[in-house]
Amino acid sequence: MTKLISYLFVCAVALNAFAQEPTHESTSLLKQLPSVKLVDMKGKAVNTDQLTTGGPVIISFWATWCAPCKKELNTIHEVYEDWVEETGVTLIAVAIDDEKTKSQVPVYVNGKAWDYTVLMDPNWDFKRAMGVNNVPHTFLVDKNGNIVYSHNNYAPGDEEELYHELLKLSEK
Amino acid sequence: MKKYYAFFALLLTCQIAHSQGNLTGNMETVFQYLNEDTVINAKQPIQKGLINSYMNVFYTQGNFKAGMRFESYLPRIQGYPNRFDGTGLGMRYVGYQNEFIDVTLGTFYEQFGSGLALRTYEDRNLGYDNLLDGMRVIIRPGKGFVVKGVYGTQRLSFQQGQIVHGAGLVRGVDGEVHLNEALKSLKEASLDVVLGASFVSKFQEDDNPEWVLPQNVGAYGARAKLTYGNFYADAEYIQKEADPSSDNQYIYNYGHAAIFNLRYTQKGLGILLSGKSVDNMSFRSDRTKDLQDVLINFLPSLNKTHTYNLVATLYPYATQPMGEVAYQADLLYTFKKGSQLGGKYGTTIGLNFSTTYRPEQTLNGIDLNDSSRVVYHTTAFQRSDSLYWQDINFNITKKFNKKWSGILSYYDININNDVVKVSDAKGIIHARIAVLEGTYKLNTHHALRWELQGMWVQRNEQGINDKGNWATALVEYTISPGWFFSAMNQYNYGNDDLSKRVNYPIVTCGYIKDATRLTVSYGRQRAGLFCVGGVCRPVPANNGLMINLTHSF
Repeated sequence: MTKLISYLFVCAVALNAFAQEPTHESTSLLKQLPSVKLVDMKGKAVNTDQLTTGGPVIISFWATWCAPCKKELNTIHEVYEDWVEETGVTLIAVAIDDEKTKSQVPVYVNGKAWDYTVLMDPNWDFKRAMGVNNVPHTFLVDKNGNIVYSHNNYAPGDEEELYHELLKLSEK
Repeated sequence: MKKYYAFFALLLTCQIAHSQGNLTGNMETVFQYLNEDTVINAKQPIQKGLINSYMNVFYTQGNFKAGMRFESYLPRIQGYPNRFDGTGLGMRYVGYQNEFIDVTLGTFYEQFGSGLALRTYEDRNLGYDNLLDGMRVIIRPGKGFVVKGVYGTQRLSFQQGQIVHGAGLVRGVDGEVHLNEALKSLKEASLDVVLGASFVSKFQEDDNPEWVLPQNVGAYGARAKLTYGNFYADAEYIQKEADPSSDNQYIYNYGHAAIFNLRYTQKGLGILLSGKSVDNMSFRSDRTKDLQDVLINFLPSLNKTHTYNLVATLYPYATQPMGEVAYQADLLYTFKKGSQLGGKYGTTIGLNFSTTYRPEQTLNGIDLNDSSRVVYHTTAFQRSDSLYWQDINFNITKKFNKKWSGILSYYDININNDVVKVSDAKGIIHARIAVLEGTYKLNTHHALRWELQGMWVQRNEQGINDKGNWATALVEYTISPGWFFSAMNQYNYGNDDLSKRVNYPIVTCGYIKDATRLTVSYGRQRAGLFCVGGVCRPVPANNGLMINLTHSF
């Protein structure tokens, strides 16, 4: 037991020593966007670690059968133009619909006239890699691919908090 | 010696913690404390408390990746399949990936095309996990090209904390090309084309004394996706060789699965027409298994996934892998803001129709007395008059002003219960369901949402109306971003059996902080079916406390 404690101690010291070291990238402890290959609604390949090349992104996991997800994305849809203008953000709506409802995704997206980038994740590869338990789950990712905020739910008003976080990010 | 291992493990942990690697994951715990409730026939398990937990941990550093999932069922929650037991590693892999190659050793989830030939996936809510354990290689030889190869055995069960593998071996290869990315000359073409083909084979020893069984069974086919402006079409056809199994009573017929989608979309409008034909297409890596065990392929049911509880869990349709012909039409249209019907915020209407029939089976060219054991003949998309399922539904979504919004939905469902067997009732069950939902926003952070649902079950020719009529009322109060409180009651007011005219009240409260979510419910839950993608599991009636904790990191 004492041996174990001493090992732990060594480890802790080592940890501390590392922590004292000036890190060249202060954000390196943040969770990074994983690299998963998905396709968009047309079948064009997209690598998820390339999503932030154009600036900050909101990644929202949703499904056609998820009522709160649709409510969230429809609410943001009303203010999306303003958000883009103010912060340069892009919203990426990742549909986790499987083959049963996947073909209804473009029907919903167009029927609602969304301007979002929509990616298909029918076998949940990206969902798993992002540690998403259930939808809706929304992430805010800075332009370096660091996940700075995430929220696993939607209630009316949650978009205000997301907007607030987004403003904090664009002020940096 | 052991201590050295421990030390190295610790050192490695330190190392990982300080390298530039990326560690992510998530966990979930569901706990139930159940009471005996004779009114709704809910049993108390002898342990009283039941718990399901799992945690995923994924690590990537540069091109290296590794991941694992610990699972724990002590014992599993009520209604969960008996394929989950004990604590241990339910998934683990290592791999390497760059832009050209992606290699995984260990467990993996994979889908070829639309999954008609191969799809391994997990759904922890459903209690489904048919992962492959072996080797996978994905190669991207050039822009637009993807070639995948898989080799492994499937997860059949999880007993005493260990994966139990299926008896057979699964091998497969799949290729796909997006022509517009692959060929420079087509880069700007207005027609967008994706083509693909798959071949999957399973091996299982012939240990049957009665028949000479094929030990290697192949399934193969091709697919295409075309996009032209606002028009889109896709199709896939998979044929399966003779695959005698307990599902098909050891017949030697070939099987097929075909699916197509036609779509037209423009801003504010989406129209979809889909069709599906399936015959003798249960494809498992163990021919003796049934239910959800070691399925290699995935046959989605062709209908909308409903969300309101009465319509979603009482009469859902589950795919019939032995054969069905199905069609679906789906339409969504938004009346523009400022138009007469659109009002200030726009109004959306959705229409959906789906129907499924038994395929037509004939004896054309079939000699039942020969030794082939090919017992019938079918043609793709040829249906009989025997209805399995029909659903006509519509909904209207409208925001009235800054405070009020609402949704009105109506469903007319016919389900052939002799085939789908959602309950004990015989014949076709015809149910009509109406739902009115409203949300009132009190201020920026506070909102009140309510639902009123009614289900009216028509008496069929045999005089049967299953459990009769139901009503549900729900209120939910949310305080963004952290809290929600809800109360729901379901009342089976139309049951022919007066002793079963029971109320099912339940209260839930939840707390959410960033990526952590905790919900606590107490009350009665009626028996129903929980379905994902046309795969369903029955959930028995229960009464008690349920705590659910999820976290992502």
